Amino acid sequence: MTAMTQSTAPRSPASWLKIAPEGLCCAPGGFHIDPVQPVERAVITHGHSDHARPGHGSVLATPETIAIMQARYGDEFPTRYHALPYGEPIRLGEVSLTFAPAGHVLGSAQAALEHAGTRIVVSGDYKRRPDPTCPPFQPMPCDVFVTEATFALPVFRHPSDAHEIGRLLHSLEIFPERAHLVGTYALGKCQRVISLLRQAGYNRPIYMHGALLGLCALYERHGVPLGPLIHVTNQNKAELKGQIVLAPPSAHADRWSRALPDPVVAMASGWMRIKQRAKAGGIELPLVISDHADWDELDRTVDEVGAPEVWITHGREEALVHHLGKKGYRARALALVGFEEEGQ
Amino acid sequence: MQRFAELLEGLVFQPARNGKLRLIETYFREAPDPDRGYGLAALTSSLVFTQAKPALIRGLVEARVDPVLFGWSWDFVGDLAETVALIWPEEASPHPVPHLTEVVETLSTTGKVELPGVLMRWLDAMDATQRWALLKLITGELRVGVSARLAKTALANFGGVDVNEIEELWHGLAPPYLELFAWLEKRGEKPAVDGEASFRPLMLATALEEDETQGLDPADYMAEWKWDGIRVQLAARPGGQRRIFSRTGDDVGRAFPDILERMEFDAVLDGELLVVRGAEVAPFNHLQQRLNRKVVTKAMLTDYPAHVRLYDILRDGEEDLRGLGFEERRRRLEAWYARVRPERMDVSALVPFSSWEELKALREGARENGIEGLMLKRRDSPYLAGRPKGHWFKWKRGALTADTVLMYAQRGSGKRSSYYSDYTFGAWRDGALVPVGKAYFGFTDEELRQLDNWVRNHTTNRFGPVREVEPKLVLEVAFDSVHRSTRHRSGIAMRFPRVHRIRWDKPAEEADRVETLEKMVVE
Ligand SMILES: [Zn+2]
Repeated sequence: MTAMTQSTAPRSPASWLKIAPEGLCCAPGGFHIDPVQPVERAVITHGHSDHARPGHGSVLATPETIAIMQARYGDEFPTRYHALPYGEPIRLGEVSLTFAPAGHVLGSAQAALEHAGTRIVVSGDYKRRPDPTCPPFQPMPCDVFVTEATFALPVFRHPSDAHEIGRLLHSLEIFPERAHLVGTYALGKCQRVISLLRQAGYNRPIYMHGALLGLCALYERHGVPLGPLIHVTNQNKAELKGQIVLAPPSAHADRWSRALPDPVVAMASGWMRIKQRAKAGGIELPLVISDHADWDELDRTVDEVGAPEVWITHGREEALVHHLGKKGYRARALALVGFEEEGQ
Repeated sequence: MQRFAELLEGLVFQPARNGKLRLIETYFREAPDPDRGYGLAALTSSLVFTQAKPALIRGLVEARVDPVLFGWSWDFVGDLAETVALIWPEEASPHPVPHLTEVVETLSTTGKVELPGVLMRWLDAMDATQRWALLKLITGELRVGVSARLAKTALANFGGVDVNEIEELWHGLAPPYLELFAWLEKRGEKPAVDGEASFRPLMLATALEEDETQGLDPADYMAEWKWDGIRVQLAARPGGQRRIFSRTGDDVGRAFPDILERMEFDAVLDGELLVVRGAEVAPFNHLQQRLNRKVVTKAMLTDYPAHVRLYDILRDGEEDLRGLGFEERRRRLEAWYARVRPERMDVSALVPFSSWEELKALREGARENGIEGLMLKRRDSPYLAGRPKGHWFKWKRGALTADTVLMYAQRGSGKRSSYYSDYTFGAWRDGALVPVGKAYFGFTDEELRQLDNWVRNHTTNRFGPVREVEPKLVLEVAFDSVHRSTRHRSGIAMRFPRVHRIRWDKPAEEADRVETLEKMVVE
């Protein structure tokens, strides 16, 4: 039996994991990963809306991601789902699947797929620096590593989170009469910024746009303490001098922000590294805080997992293909349809 | 370098004047001597050292980084200094991050040959923001939206003194301004400055509305034409310093060597810088050809000859004349001019009059180039810094107006970042609208709210912060004049356009045509 397996040449990875119109398809396992269109069986790496879309027949994801999707999609979430914790293998058709932490947001997972003697790791979105709101990325040796490339240009080297939070707190000292309106994505970035502020010793209440409150409560239920949060209402809006207010990224351009006392408009995003991007968005205080790997982290991660073959998706494939090619990897772009540039 | 780099970065993103002032004041409070003095010098363009050319910086980075990746990155980022700052490999450096003082002092003694090695060592030791600030500094292109005047105002706020006190001292001081900071922190005497061609803060006029002449006696005032040029102060000492200051105290002499070389006198004069050919004043945009140029070519000197029309004298030799009344100073100016006769300069003529009606008729009759209206000066006014009430008035000709159609609106910055507050408007040509100008003031807060609402409800297209709107709303815009322009599709450009009235009532088809505006062009 053992001799038989060894003598069978492993089928090429691209023959059993490939791009289909619906997204990345694993035929021998009978599922799609982060499909962009409704499918019968979906494996979801994390809860961001460009990965976790509604309308699938059944969903396999980590318990946290399932909870996030239920909170976001309500009745549209399928009744058939499987909550699979990190590190527990599951058999799907002819494929064995295991989730490992991706360090991106709460519940984010890499999917390790094993079939025909080959292991492919689909890492989803990930980052490598410590994040108090989710467990760290766990490198897994593999034959093919599928990586994101959101910030795959060497100009993207995120500074330390503590440094960026320090800049926010310094601005509060310089402009104590102004509200500090920080744009954050509702899932992940928002809770991370709050946690980083708490780590920096900022214990005052943080004021929240209503759209962010639901996921904050969910994080707290999953054991991520966020400290005192206060909902911004029309009644208290004018009283927020010298306070930190978190809101979705577009809120500063909305009428919602008007009653705030002369807000300093800040934004927490990896794109804030590029001055022109920040200026074009009308940002006065850009905070380079990202939930995606920067260039150095992408480079280091590929070296750590040791896969001779790397498939690149979600961003600037060409630069990473070029760079990894020079280092001797077989690197190529995995042209995924329907995935937009995710930001943050 | 850390604090200075953070200051520059903060200034780049800070849209509001008050916000910029606050950032600079904070820097003066937090940074030590002599760093903050060199920081002040950088903001006021008072540093002199060997600058690095972009090609040198590019060479340094391409020796360190894969040129293909560098090229893609530069395409993506757009700005060379920023790209290099971000892409520079970060490895542990044996060198500490240099202080701003070390950077400035080293650069002032470093020749072109050693410069690359020095830069490389610094870039290795710094973080991305520091590298960016260093590269901006050594290429001589800070571009953080801070004038020398603004930096001095922040300094005045920091020390709790009048900015004019700083202006008077300024050109007698040099970086790193230790004495100045000591005085501002009440640790030392006010620095003594004399024998210098230093700036005297200007006396400015207030606007006079039509009905305000009633309470004024025409016999108390003298009138001159108001010239459409640039207010300058000429300050010269014999055998040495010669300076041409702008109204904000910036030294603009480098752009006007044709004036500087003729300042062989010992006086401080106030006047209007113009381009004059023969006896004729050229339109303002001819003068603009001479401004903000690093290199003044021979052709520019010939094609756009500069001229100063003098209207006041503040110092004659050792004698400070600012305490005298205007009429007396004027006599002194005429006597001085008759004695010295500098080329490329003349004395602004007085406009005799006996009643306000007569003067008003003269004003409306004068439509030639270079005249914006009239200046009224009280005969007995001393020369006072700032904008004292009741002494000098500018009495402009009525503004021109046109009915235009709102085409695009852009979100403002700072307090206006949630409002569409910058408006591009157009006029008709062959049945289509052609943009003819841009205005972002002239309306009340309430009107801004209404305009913002209208823009949001009539958007047809979005491009980043800009919205294209249905061509339906008529804006009556006011402007001072119209000029030909090859940079605009309409072929014309307005001076000081502002929203005069929102014509909610008027159908867009009845707005003005481009031809109507062309007829207003001053040739
Ligand atoms: Zn994501």
